Amino acid sequence: MNRKLTFFSVLILLALSGILTAVLRHLETGVPFLPGQERLVWLVEARIDFSATGGPVTASLSLPDEQLPGFSLFEEQAASPGYGFSILTTGDGRRAQWTRRSATGTQSLYYSAQLVETEESSVPGLEPEVVDYPVVWDDASELAAQGVLFRATELSSNPESLARELIRLLGNPAADQNTALLLSGDISRAELLMILLGRAGIPAQSVMGLYLEDARRRQELTPMVDVYSEGEWILFNPETGETGVPPNLLLWHRGGVSVLDVTGGRGSRVSFSMIRQSVPAAQLAEASDTDSIFAEIGVHRLPIEEQSMFKLLLLLPLGAVVVVFMRIIVGLRTAGTFMPVLISLAFLQTSLLPGLISFVSVVGIGLVLRGYLSRLNLLMVSRLATLIILVIFLISALSVIGYQMGYSTGMTITFFPMIIIAWTIERMSILWEEEGPFEVLAQGGGSLFVAVVAYLLMQSSLLKHLSFNFPELNLVLLALILAMGQYTGYKLTELRRFRAMDDLM
Amino acid sequence: MTARWISARQLRQFGMLGMNCRNVDFINRYNRRSLYPLVDNKLKTKLLAQQYAVPMPGLQFVVREQHEIGHIEQQLVDRDSFVLKPAKGSGGKGILVVTGREGDDYIKSSGARIGIADIRRHMSNILAGLYSLGGATDVVIIEDLIAFDDIFAGYSHEGVPDIRIVVFRGYPVMAMLRLATHASDGKANLHQGAVGVGLALENGRCLHAVQFGRPVSVHPDTGLTLSEIRVPAWREMLVLAAKCHDMTGLGYIGTDLVLDKHLGPQLLELNARPGLAIQIANGRGLLPRLRHAEKLPDSRKWPADQRVDYVMRHFRDSDEPVS
Repeated sequence: MNRKLTFFSVLILLALSGILTAVLRHLETGVPFLPGQERLVWLVEARIDFSATGGPVTASLSLPDEQLPGFSLFEEQAASPGYGFSILTTGDGRRAQWTRRSATGTQSLYYSAQLVETEESSVPGLEPEVVDYPVVWDDASELAAQGVLFRATELSSNPESLARELIRLLGNPAADQNTALLLSGDISRAELLMILLGRAGIPAQSVMGLYLEDARRRQELTPMVDVYSEGEWILFNPETGETGVPPNLLLWHRGGVSVLDVTGGRGSRVSFSMIRQSVPAAQLAEASDTDSIFAEIGVHRLPIEEQSMFKLLLLLPLGAVVVVFMRIIVGLRTAGTFMPVLISLAFLQTSLLPGLISFVSVVGIGLVLRGYLSRLNLLMVSRLATLIILVIFLISALSVIGYQMGYSTGMTITFFPMIIIAWTIERMSILWEEEGPFEVLAQGGGSLFVAVVAYLLMQSSLLKHLSFNFPELNLVLLALILAMGQYTGYKLTELRRFRAMDDLM
Repeated sequence: MTARWISARQLRQFGMLGMNCRNVDFINRYNRRSLYPLVDNKLKTKLLAQQYAVPMPGLQFVVREQHEIGHIEQQLVDRDSFVLKPAKGSGGKGILVVTGREGDDYIKSSGARIGIADIRRHMSNILAGLYSLGGATDVVIIEDLIAFDDIFAGYSHEGVPDIRIVVFRGYPVMAMLRLATHASDGKANLHQGAVGVGLALENGRCLHAVQFGRPVSVHPDTGLTLSEIRVPAWREMLVLAAKCHDMTGLGYIGTDLVLDKHLGPQLLELNARPGLAIQIANGRGLLPRLRHAEKLPDSRKWPADQRVDYVMRHFRDSDEPVS
């Protein structure tokens, strides 16, 4: 009895400490308990990689302006041990500069910025300036450029329509020898467009944009061109000819000079990761809480690449609670103890219906194939290995078929843990042979039911918000799981299983 | 008409043991994990039983390696009947019973004929761990076929009638006879459709019988009246079951016994996680007896005989005198 008492007081302590920490974090940092009363913030991380040659190193990265169409800069940090760091404001905009006396080997420098989405769309532009690119072209290219410019000028009335015509001509090099000749060199369309606009005497500037999508890694900048037409800057996408700033496009770099300069290093490149976060309006207002203990120990302090992984990982305890509840209290049978959680995690990536359909069809077809395999009289390990390969073929085939039919969801099936599927098929098949199809339906249905319930909980925006912003609430879940581990009462299914007792007495 | 559900309060009144309670209060508390291999591995059980003079079907030989299977017919050459089973199997899975031979064919207990190739495949499946817990590699045990006592003739369809006795701290607490039926495909598992016959602890008489959780009075295949069943050599059986606790040290076990025509009661296998269906067959819950037995002297104080005497006197199901 005494042991039970200590056990439960420890549980209550666990749950209380989780709740208390969450409340303290709420009071300290102002993160709300409910999602919604908050602003969307993009965390964008730029990562510069290069290999240093041993001498002094200077790396300089162009940074976004503080006010951008659709975004405003809220906070920025740089993390690069061993490097001096400063942010310079030059005539060409803001630049981050890392410096070091000597460095060798692979170097990684990080810069991260928090950007708040705003309604503001117009932004004070730079003074219009005609940039005349110094290009050395041979006579043929020179003639071709003049030809293209002439045609575009003929078909247009102002700088905006001229730019649009030029993009149209460049976009269809097969129809015109001139553009084909100009693009045959090692030159991008954005550059070519800049040169041609310069020739035409139209103010233009090159822009590097970053498309923001939640939880993306290793993204590149997209080259764009800003054209000054009748008193305003108009952004052109040189590939598609679209104008204006798309809502999810961040204008990382505007103006003449390069995005990244590295002296003292070779093979430099810059890539971007990003994640979308909800940050309370209150926190945005007072940006002074950075030295609070909660801000220090939060998941938010991790590099963004890891954060997007934790978003998923912190949801797992919720799935575990569902499995424990369903098995101990309800008494459902599932195939494999925690397989349902893995399935529901996969559902999070695929969304429910496509995920269900693809999972059931892969397992179903797998069962049929496994039926043939059992005739081959194989040893179990090699039968299982065969099954894994068949499952991979099956998933590839379904993805290709799905893609051809226009469902890109066919591809997402690869999120299912392959080995787990193969093992499930093997177990189900043995179950079928030994206990009959009813048991297969019972266990398979039980697993899917638990997976769906876990999925529905895990994708609720409230629970997502809580698990990511208040990781300590998982202590409450832990206490719940421990408490259920001591439950000695009847399972719900036993109330049915033992119903015959009524007649016997 | 059977009700669709029964309330938890009623179950508590009957003293029914639930799965969670069994796991937490009895298996976790009284069965030391390190002792599990003694029962999960039938080969170990057999060797242990020899030490403690607990009768079990005789071991013929063991197949441990895949390459031995290639020339297995040489070892089977003058054996007319045998039982082939995985050492780590559970729930009666992977057991192959050969009752006779005709030419090159082997005759299964069901009457079906199989060839040596089928036996080889079955053996390699066992070795690869198809029937073992967690898929671990396994060994094949070939043992003597039990000569079943005719007393149960007509009570079991195809399969083996076996007696399950739950033993707690060395005290037999509940018993049932499991009769295979056509629906259970010769298997003695209640959830597969075997008939469970609850047995009175004091004399081995039939108390109740159930199939698929519903009361029955006659065997569904043979039509014989179940209430006339009375297991012979009852006290001997209880003592044998009680000894299994001394032998393994496990506090809460299910013992599966059979009655051999010539050799008397034999231990077939032990189970460290015995099921709960025995309560339905007996029409009573295990909990009152388990709580009672928790307070009794342990097995070092009272030998198996004395424990069985106590049980036959105190855990009575009918008013008949002790036999």
